[in-house]
Amino acid sequence: MRPTAARLLNILVPIKRQVRTVDYAVKIRVNPDQKGIDLNVKHSMNPFDEIAVEEAVKLRERLKDKVKSIKVVTIGPPKSLETLRTALAMGADSGIHVELAEGAPPPEPLGIAKALRAVIAHEQDGVDLVIMGKQAIDDDAGQTGQMLAGLMDWAQATFASKVEVDTEKKEASVTREIDGGLEELRCRLPLVVTTDLRGRRLTASVEPRYASLPNIMKAKKKQIVKLSPEYLQVDLTPRLETLKVTEPAKRQGGAKVASVDELIAKLKEAGIKPVAS
Amino acid sequence: MNRQLLSSISILSRRTIWQRSLYARAAVSHRRNVSFYNSDVAGLTEDQAEFRDAITEFAQREVAPRAAEIDRTNTFPAGMLQDLWEKLGSMGLLGITVSPEYGGLSLGYLNHTLAMEELSRASGSVALSYGAHSNLCVNQIHRWGTEAQKTKYLPDLVAGKKVGSLAMSEPGSGSDVVSMQLRATKVEGGWKLNGNKFWITNGPTASTLVVYAKTAPEKGSRGITAFVIERKFTGFSTHQKLDKLGMRGSDTCELVFEDCYVPDENVLGPLNRGVEVLMSGLDLERLVLCGGPLGLMQAAFDYAVEYVHDRKQFGHPVGTFQLMQGKIADMYTKLNASRSYVYAVAKACDQGKVSRRDCAGAILYSSDRAVEVTMEAMQMLGGNGYINEYPTGRFLRDARLYTVGAGTQEIRRMLIGREFNDEFKRRSA
Repeated sequence: MRPTAARLLNILVPIKRQVRTVDYAVKIRVNPDQKGIDLNVKHSMNPFDEIAVEEAVKLRERLKDKVKSIKVVTIGPPKSLETLRTALAMGADSGIHVELAEGAPPPEPLGIAKALRAVIAHEQDGVDLVIMGKQAIDDDAGQTGQMLAGLMDWAQATFASKVEVDTEKKEASVTREIDGGLEELRCRLPLVVTTDLRGRRLTASVEPRYASLPNIMKAKKKQIVKLSPEYLQVDLTPRLETLKVTEPAKRQGGAKVASVDELIAKLKEAGIKPVAS
Repeated sequence: MNRQLLSSISILSRRTIWQRSLYARAAVSHRRNVSFYNSDVAGLTEDQAEFRDAITEFAQREVAPRAAEIDRTNTFPAGMLQDLWEKLGSMGLLGITVSPEYGGLSLGYLNHTLAMEELSRASGSVALSYGAHSNLCVNQIHRWGTEAQKTKYLPDLVAGKKVGSLAMSEPGSGSDVVSMQLRATKVEGGWKLNGNKFWITNGPTASTLVVYAKTAPEKGSRGITAFVIERKFTGFSTHQKLDKLGMRGSDTCELVFEDCYVPDENVLGPLNRGVEVLMSGLDLERLVLCGGPLGLMQAAFDYAVEYVHDRKQFGHPVGTFQLMQGKIADMYTKLNASRSYVYAVAKACDQGKVSRRDCAGAILYSSDRAVEVTMEAMQMLGGNGYINEYPTGRFLRDARLYTVGAGTQEIRRMLIGREFNDEFKRRSA
């Protein structure tokens, strides 16, 4: 897909509605399956995707008119519409809902990446920058961004904590979190960026953006386009079969010892050899 | 093996801190506890539920973590008041019933009550100041102001750049509010005000105040006029902030008028007919303030019910003992019954059917229940309920205001009874 020739940025933010019933900000002390809890349904967006939306909106605050549009897209059942509305209330301009049937099997990262490729192809104005969460907290796959970049043959910058864009040069400078610390990459647009947490914790304005009431009301008037996988000619049938899901083995209880000597004896029993002291 | 190192490890591993730290950590970690607000029974539309959710998130993030400190220090932390007020403004909370041309959302009284409820659940005192600003002051100016007055005062109040207040009560005129003595004498181009007002919420911080004064004392209740006062008017001052049992942090004080000059264009509503402005305002004030008792009851219930399932005695969570189950049931039903009445009255008001007896009835009922529920919540915590580190004491102290604020229980009862007396008087006439 040829990116737009003009110097204005078109940003696409894919978001995912998380399947958990209780949102991540709530301390779960009750049985999470209980119906009696007041569930804040608006918190259904994958938190890394929330950061991606914020990042896009912040980019617009910095670049102002150079950002032409921020579109959010979600691939999911009818309920996913709520998540799109939340993103619109956070500052996105319009939304795309690739609607799946209620009860359809959850799509896999490769399927999502192919669908996003089709959405990008469908965009008349083109897309210069895709910002998305690094992973979803229900499956923790962390694959979609990378797969999308591969399919599109675009540059990718993953686990980003900071994104700066130079629209004149059509380049982006991305700071990534890696095991050793922070890495700075310079990438040519078009680009796929996946966002990590640190961007939220360390930036000067640490306050997370929540949708204000006026924005929520404005969001109701923003446009949402509905597409289907058939229209996009994408096959979302799962290719992986889940064989088994088990909880981690329960921790064995420890035992109390009566004295230091007994502790040493037990450690020796367990096969721990003393180092020359 | 180093014997000394091992023995010091075994000492450290002994548990010394009980669950107090869990609750303290909850406040710091910004993760909120579950709430048992029953959305199915509340009967909100999708839009109203979305509206409420947005405010819940705001209140739990911005207000709830500071509630205990605000109460303990009886003040907003330095510089915080302005910040918080502007945050309330940009959230859209300060002009819920105001028309968009002045920056408002043009929504109804149920929405305003929902906002009041969620803010109260986070902090009773912040919510009270919020209610005084957004309903008592802003809504009155919006309902009775001239175009010039609305354009001049509403935008800053709705944006949170200025704090608003309303003053009707005096040291000598509480329940008998129309006996007020604050005198407004006609002078060239305006009025001179002399007298005092008492128990005024936001008095110390407000820049814009709606004040009722006697423009024609000989006419009694038909001689009252409402005025819009600015803090900077000459002759206006405030005495120091009152030290209250609860609602600490919602600053209250006495207002002093000494030849305070008010220009003619600041008369609010019709001259000498301020009693209508006052009384009709009181109906809506009582309704919206019902959010206070509701939010406090919800906060108290949520906290206590979680506590009694954590606290174990005799090998079981104390919440499983029958007497505790009884308390849980009574608190839950009182809370939801109050809420149903309040929401029903709010919906009627939104249809234009404002009923004096029901607005008074809603706050009469819910404020009495709130004192009962918050008292019971304290009891459920046992000895810990008596310690100020736990919030149940604050919930009770805050709830206690609502049996005297916006009219006392006795006045509310008298008012409702009298309305029915009038029904029969008319029929037999």
